[in-house]
Amino acid sequence: MMQILPLFVAIPLAAGFIIPLVGRKNPRLCDALGNATTLALLLMAISVIGKSGVYWVGGWLPKAGVPLGINLVLDSTSVLMLLTITGISFMVTLYSIQYMDKYTARSRFYSLFSLMVAGMIGVALTGDLFNLYVFLEIASIASYALVAFGCQHEELEASFRYLVLGSVSSALILLGIAIVYALTGTLNMAQISKVIGVSSKPLFYFAVALFISGFGLKAALVPFHTWLPDAHPAAPAPISAMLSGVLIKTIGIYAMARVLFNAVGMTPLFLSVLLFLGALSIMVGVLLALGQDDMKRTLAYHSISQMGYVVLGIGLGTRLGIAAALFHLMNHAVFKTLLFLNAGSIEYATGTRDYNKMGGLREKMPVTGATSLIASMSISGIPPFNGFWSKLFIIVAAVQAEKYGYAAWAVIGSILTLASFTKLQKRAFYEEPKEAAQVAKEVPVLMQASMIGLALLCVFMGVLWIPQIRDSFFMAAAKALQEGFVYATHILGE
Amino acid sequence: MHYALCLTLFMVGLYGVLMKRNLIKIIISLVILESAVNLFLIMLGYRAKGIAPIMDGTIPPDTFVRNSVDPIPQALVLTSIVIGVGVTAMTVAIALRLYERYGTYDIQEIRRLRG
Repeated sequence: MMQILPLFVAIPLAAGFIIPLVGRKNPRLCDALGNATTLALLLMAISVIGKSGVYWVGGWLPKAGVPLGINLVLDSTSVLMLLTITGISFMVTLYSIQYMDKYTARSRFYSLFSLMVAGMIGVALTGDLFNLYVFLEIASIASYALVAFGCQHEELEASFRYLVLGSVSSALILLGIAIVYALTGTLNMAQISKVIGVSSKPLFYFAVALFISGFGLKAALVPFHTWLPDAHPAAPAPISAMLSGVLIKTIGIYAMARVLFNAVGMTPLFLSVLLFLGALSIMVGVLLALGQDDMKRTLAYHSISQMGYVVLGIGLGTRLGIAAALFHLMNHAVFKTLLFLNAGSIEYATGTRDYNKMGGLREKMPVTGATSLIASMSISGIPPFNGFWSKLFIIVAAVQAEKYGYAAWAVIGSILTLASFTKLQKRAFYEEPKEAAQVAKEVPVLMQASMIGLALLCVFMGVLWIPQIRDSFFMAAAKALQEGFVYATHILGE
Repeated sequence: MHYALCLTLFMVGLYGVLMKRNLIKIIISLVILESAVNLFLIMLGYRAKGIAPIMDGTIPPDTFVRNSVDPIPQALVLTSIVIGVGVTAMTVAIALRLYERYGTYDIQEIRRLRG
């Protein structure tokens, strides 16, 4: 059954190489192949819901409980990540079919896109620390190229900054991996957790500090966030949506949580560092967002702020906290993707991203207006949309853990988010139409379809938090992380 | 001692990446940073007067394990060098395009985006 696991990586990787070979002359073939790949991945991800298992690459089974080769691990947490990655990828490729008409080199776009997806899925599945680094670099390099895709001044500048800081973070992570290898003599995450025990060597703390700053840079936590507001708006809209929607979560937060909880071991000290970084990100992100005029830049700052909520939830360290954080991660993927696609549609129709030049778009672009309103209410935490439930339960978990200050802090952050999105909605969609908005008309049908699909998810995903689904899905995923070293016994046996 | 030198090299790279203004110098600093990590990995597996980690059947496994250098860091470093070359190529390509657009390699003058 677990023979399906390598296919998750192999299919997008193969697509990444085949698309530029066959699709150079025929852009429609690229669209078909790109969408077929993501749809196949989504169906595969749905087929593994509720399953778990280990796949040993190359048939190198562990001998006497000691791993020899690389393994791919499917557990409740990776299922959740797989669903998020593949679901969002499919929506984004659907949107790209018509959006990318204004760019050339469509085959390269889909090729890089598939490579990025392959890297992210690899990070979500792998059980080996160095393998994680390799997949992380595949995803990162593809994303550097995608940020620079337009090859204009801003794109190149943003990509260069992103690339430099991204490479520094990769070097920090690799140094951390090297130190862990020096301490334990193995790279398999399960085996590391068996060997490392409860270590208190100074080197161990140094390695964890490297991991937190390295993955923190990838996840754009404050104070490591400076590259994100440049890089995310510069990319084409579908890529902005992918970067903010899933990339920073997979190679930043998920990878950090996996390494800290299941490989090197979580301690109260690291949890309090994460709590603090999360709280800081919530406030700094949203305050900087309030002062922006560029629509995509505002959304990028909100990504920092919302990632703060996820890290805050994980930093609480309780079952409910982590489950709510993972739920918020999934919700944020949906509504932030939708918001970036809305911004892309507006840019497609009006040619501007400055929302002081828009106004009155609600009548000119009814579908974009309605879906954007839903996404804005969702991110601001208005019931009954999905963002409300996950934020509510992060705050409930903070209260249960007797972190009243952090709970109040999260509420204030949410109110400021609402203020920022009220401003955005009012300026872009409700006021008198300004110059750029006069000629606007609704975007083509496939772009609408993708936005409507995501808006429906925003409305109905709150249902996932009813107890039956929550316990088998989010609580199980949180359990897999929180149990820490029990992870090893699932993989290597006793 | 050796590790301290390695860490110094790492810091030199980090300093260059963060403080230098010239794009090319930043790229060179990145390469130094990567080399420092690669050097560190290689040194982890080094053993004075060790033998090459190739099992040819003539050496008994026990002696082999006691004398050979650790092959895993070498494999890792090969992979990491390849990744490093990929990243460097990408950086140089973007730096060249930036030069075409702005006519300068000075990062202070390449400032259209505000913080």
